[in-house]
Amino acid sequence: MPGEPVVDAADGHADGVRRRDFINIAATSFAGVGAGVAVAPLLMQMAPSADVQALSTTEVDISKIQPGQGIKAVWRKQPVFIRNLLPKEIAAANAVDVATLRDPQTLAERTKPGKTNWLITLGVCTHLGCVPLGIGEGETRGEYGGYFCPCHGSVYDTAARIRKGPAPKNLQVPEYKFTSATVVQIG
Amino acid sequence: MSFAWAKPYEPKSPFTKWVDERLPLPRLVYGAIGGGYPVPRNLNYFWNFGVLAGLALVIQIITGIVLAMHYYSYAAGAFDSVERIMRDVNAGWVIRYVHQNGASFFFAVIYIHIFRGLFYGSYKAPREMVWMLGVVIYLLMMATAFMGYVLPWGQMSYWGAQVITGFFSAIPLIGEPLRIFLLGGYAPDQAALTRFFSLHYLLPFVIAGVVILHIWALHIPGSSNPTGVDVKDEKDTLPFHPFYTAKDGFGMGVALIIFSIFVFFLPFSLGHPDNYIEANPLVTPAHIVPEWYFWPFYAILRSFTVDFILPAKLWGVLAMFSAVLLLFFLTWLDRSPIRSTSYRPVYKIFFWILVADVILLGYVGQAHITPVNVALGQVAAAYYFLHFLVILPLVSKFEKPLQLPNSITESVLHGEDKESAPFGLATTGGSTTAPAAAE
Repeated sequence: MPGEPVVDAADGHADGVRRRDFINIAATSFAGVGAGVAVAPLLMQMAPSADVQALSTTEVDISKIQPGQGIKAVWRKQPVFIRNLLPKEIAAANAVDVATLRDPQTLAERTKPGKTNWLITLGVCTHLGCVPLGIGEGETRGEYGGYFCPCHGSVYDTAARIRKGPAPKNLQVPEYKFTSATVVQIG
Repeated sequence: MSFAWAKPYEPKSPFTKWVDERLPLPRLVYGAIGGGYPVPRNLNYFWNFGVLAGLALVIQIITGIVLAMHYYSYAAGAFDSVERIMRDVNAGWVIRYVHQNGASFFFAVIYIHIFRGLFYGSYKAPREMVWMLGVVIYLLMMATAFMGYVLPWGQMSYWGAQVITGFFSAIPLIGEPLRIFLLGGYAPDQAALTRFFSLHYLLPFVIAGVVILHIWALHIPGSSNPTGVDVKDEKDTLPFHPFYTAKDGFGMGVALIIFSIFVFFLPFSLGHPDNYIEANPLVTPAHIVPEWYFWPFYAILRSFTVDFILPAKLWGVLAMFSAVLLLFFLTWLDRSPIRSTSYRPVYKIFFWILVADVILLGYVGQAHITPVNVALGQVAAAYYFLHFLVILPLVSKFEKPLQLPNSITESVLHGEDKESAPFGLATTGGSTTAPAAAE
């Protein structure tokens, strides 16, 4: 319209902030959030899918495992060591001063009450993920009578606690429960 | 690249200077979509669709790479792997819906892009190469879309593969052996599925390569515009950034909203329910139809019902391919010196008849075969060829065009010669002063 002053965005703003700056920031932020939302599914698809997660429980019949024996079960496509400890192995584990351990835990903390002879751990070395020896018949168990990972020399005792070598933690105890006297459900 | 007044790239920081001397990639981007690419100031929203097509290609490549991480190209497991993507893979459903509807989005955008090119004469000198590369992209898209459609190994996609590869058997003498060679079997099976998957993954990158050539060829003469009048001086253009980045950004937002409506609320509206039945080589669906973007060509294929010198089947296949390949020769079929159909009163009428004709072909392409539909298809198919081979050359010869504007700027200003120049550009009218100086 003639005579009317041209309204400029910079008018009246001595600090140099223009309305356009607000629009710029708002539009860019909006586009940024939108891009983030769009990327989310592309990242989420990487996580374990529902059918992979459905492998999360495994039932094992332990009735055939004699004292002193152990078996290797599979849970989440990983080995699980299930061992029926001998009384002397339990005694050896309990004789250790927990305070001297790298990852201090008693055997009782690693087993279920009243079932301290059933030592159930992941068969995955906490160093770099190898499968330690000692569960199979005739395999070397290392100097503490538990498990031994020959790859990098980690030695575990009869409670599968780390005693020597590079591994930082005891063999991990998975979540499990005894669904009957002879069946254990892992996961 | 295009015009003398294009602002050259000037690296500001020592780092960008260092990069520019070694790999001038930022310079390339600046010259392609930055301030270094002057664009006619009068582009309308039809010029949005090139960018949207690029967006669609990027969406398809990204979602496709992700889907390939979960898909098995194994005939006995392909269908199930797609169902697993829908049910078990985290966010797999949305990624697949985006990819599946993204194909339709891509074609919708491309059809509007082609329509824009036809209406505004983008195939004319000096942009013939841009146009022909565009037709190459379109052909590659058709091949890619077809092979991608086969991958879920549903009933419709399996029989689609059967029908499309059956085209080759129309070739005299070598047809049937060629088809068996291309399929790696007597019917679509494991060999065909694996090679389709491999090529479906490969071709988008070939498309991306041709897209780069398409844009390269475009940037030599510069973008066309709705008047079809050549750019005469700096006043006729604006730097791509920020003017067209902002406009394209807005258009992209609107397009993504429409796309999202399909992905989230109507994911199956463009597909066929029969593709949710696993492929069965022993039972044909009652009615085989391709995806909507192939309907017009499918109608042309089906229009040939009588043997005439050559078998009807061969005529159909030849006509269908010619219908696309005709587009290569548009530059020479249309001899009119006027680019924009806005200034061509007679051709404009025929242009809209062609649009209606293609829509009619599309309808016939998905309709059941009845005597009426076949007749409709035959008339529409005949008109399609009549338009390009007879009407277009004749009209461009005899038509008297309307008066073109003297310049792009004149067409924009509608006689208001005292309009301020765009922000940041020199003005010849002297009607603007820098806002800072006014204080």
